[in-house]
Amino acid sequence: MKFQQIDQFAANLRADTRESVHSGSKAGHEKRTSVLFDHYADPNRLRQIAGEIKQHVVENLDTYLPAVEARLQANGVIVHWASTAEAANEAVYSILQARGAKKMVKAKTMVSEETELGHFLEKRGIECVETDLGEFIIQIDGDHPSHIVKPIIHKNRREIATSFERHGLGAYNDDPETITRRARAHLRHKYLEADVGLTGANFVVAESGRIVLVTNEGNSRFCLAATKCHIAMIGIEKILPRDRDLGLLLNLLARSGTGQQLTVYTEFIRGPKAAPQEDGPEETHVVFVDNGRSEVLASDCREILRCIRCGACLNVCPVYRQASGHAYRSVYPGPVGAVLSPLLAGKQFPELADLPKASSLCGACNEVCPVNIPIPDLLLRLREKGKREGSEAAAAATPPMGAWSVMATQPAAWKLAMFGGKIMNVLPAKYIPVPALQAWQAKRTLPAWRGGAFRSWLRTRAQPAADVRSAKSEG
Amino acid sequence: MSSDRDSILSRVRSALAPLPERAALPDWERELVIMRNARGAVDAVALFSERLVLVNGTPLTSAADLVALLEKNGWRRGYCDPALWPGLQAAFPATFTVETLFDRSRVDDYQFGITAAAGGIAETGTVILTDGGTSRRLAALAPWVHVAVLSRRTIFVDVPEAVAALGSDPNIIWCTGPSKTADVEGILIEGVHGPGIQVALLVD
Ligand code: SF4
Repeated sequence: MKFQQIDQFAANLRADTRESVHSGSKAGHEKRTSVLFDHYADPNRLRQIAGEIKQHVVENLDTYLPAVEARLQANGVIVHWASTAEAANEAVYSILQARGAKKMVKAKTMVSEETELGHFLEKRGIECVETDLGEFIIQIDGDHPSHIVKPIIHKNRREIATSFERHGLGAYNDDPETITRRARAHLRHKYLEADVGLTGANFVVAESGRIVLVTNEGNSRFCLAATKCHIAMIGIEKILPRDRDLGLLLNLLARSGTGQQLTVYTEFIRGPKAAPQEDGPEETHVVFVDNGRSEVLASDCREILRCIRCGACLNVCPVYRQASGHAYRSVYPGPVGAVLSPLLAGKQFPELADLPKASSLCGACNEVCPVNIPIPDLLLRLREKGKREGSEAAAAATPPMGAWSVMATQPAAWKLAMFGGKIMNVLPAKYIPVPALQAWQAKRTLPAWRGGAFRSWLRTRAQPAADVRSAKSEG
Repeated sequence: MSSDRDSILSRVRSALAPLPERAALPDWERELVIMRNARGAVDAVALFSERLVLVNGTPLTSAADLVALLEKNGWRRGYCDPALWPGLQAAFPATFTVETLFDRSRVDDYQFGITAAAGGIAETGTVILTDGGTSRRLAALAPWVHVAVLSRRTIFVDVPEAVAALGSDPNIIWCTGPSKTADVEGILIEGVHGPGIQVALLVD
């Protein structure tokens, strides 16, 4: 029997992991909603305009990319381009080599997760330390992030305390404050020893060449205060047209991601430090990374390139909450990942083509998305593509719709099926000879069957509508 | 590398070529992003202090209050921007050790760092630091307490106003409250890599 892989994963998920993910994402969503609606009379209008701005950028990348490059260079930034993950990693490595750099500190960047930069550099003898607390814990555990904003949403404090102990960061102590202080003491010396600081970018503005970075912990600021060389790895879709658009997007990003008005640190970088300032990079590099994005741009799902990686769609998604991020088997989990991951996979698309099916199409992801991406529509388009390309992963556990259409168009067959439904209340699903149903049911419980009663109700019902009308006119 | 540039740009061009038309860039009114409860607020300084408290920051209005806060917690070693020290020195008793040079090899010796802010944002309780205005990036980040000396005259009302005034400084950072994380079980912990205490000392 073929299972949807994500179902399989969800079914095998440890109960405490599911609980961590469920409560973490639910809390994130509730905070986001109350803050947005409390602060703004019409938050949906903000989302709509932000979506239009980003859609404009996506559809004009051919002019924006050379424009932003020229602006960055005018600001003294050295610009590199990388078609693939490998080329991006090589570009970073050659910057390090040119400086004789051996140690790098790294802020959280999703694009470096895509390219697996850390492993790449470590194999070449570079010490590459993750500095975001969550990413640091992921690194010492050899794990993968399971959320794009809260990478260790799947871990509890006991697991973290055990990892710290194993990693020589003090005796077991699972108090979150102690954990954080130990990381603080350990990591600040890593920043000060490092030759290079690597970050991503939340936005890069075409008009000014400003690279905009947001963090809460202050780790990317430390990377940029302690080291002499800054490398920003940036996906080619991260552009905003004008500085003033930051006024909209920053407000939306923080509220959607973490329910804050603003992230604690919002940094605007135009290039190397100014002369009187002692701290900070003398050299600033930008590596623009394609890694499949231009193919997404050519597809009928290019709207996903609007994404600003806020994580709101993960937090609200009923499938994500049950299955956790690792179930998506890729860097981007949740609804955004169900669209983006198979697309970025290029030739490996069929292997991830089941992800677009990991959705009930409830539409909640679209409703919370700060750039108003129509994720359910994109999921449908990708389901089509999966079918066209005959992906086996996508076909797993698909119910036979041909049988459904016969049943729904022949009254006799329908009656029989409704009777069959009643039998299901007493007959375990494993005895019903429909493999897709068995697969579905193996991981879920069906509610008691109550179907088939509509027609008899229609024949025998009273006519209350007329009574109500006459009662009203009498009153 | 340049071949990567050309191939990316050519792929992007051919991906977009079939589009019958391109989405236009919408304009939007600044009103759209002004928070309901900040509308029409005239007293930016009062709003700033109120909002700073909401993000667990500490607004202060005199050097004496600052010294009292540091005293109370036993934070007696720190750094002060050499340009600010002459104006503050009188308020600090001799029990304090305040350096006007920041030695990064002794980063843990500084319990507080006093630097100048280039401005503030009222609706968010944000202090703005720039490379031109802030003596040392590290001194505003590494010590447990960061004191931003902020002139009341440089407080912007809201985010769009502050964005409009970004200017040409190569590095600007907006700090909204103390450094924080909720990575461990969603529990809020302050003072992760940056300051655990963010003070704004309001001056004229
Ligand atoms: S798709 Fe939208 S909601 Fe999801 S992470 Fe991206 S921007 Fe946020």
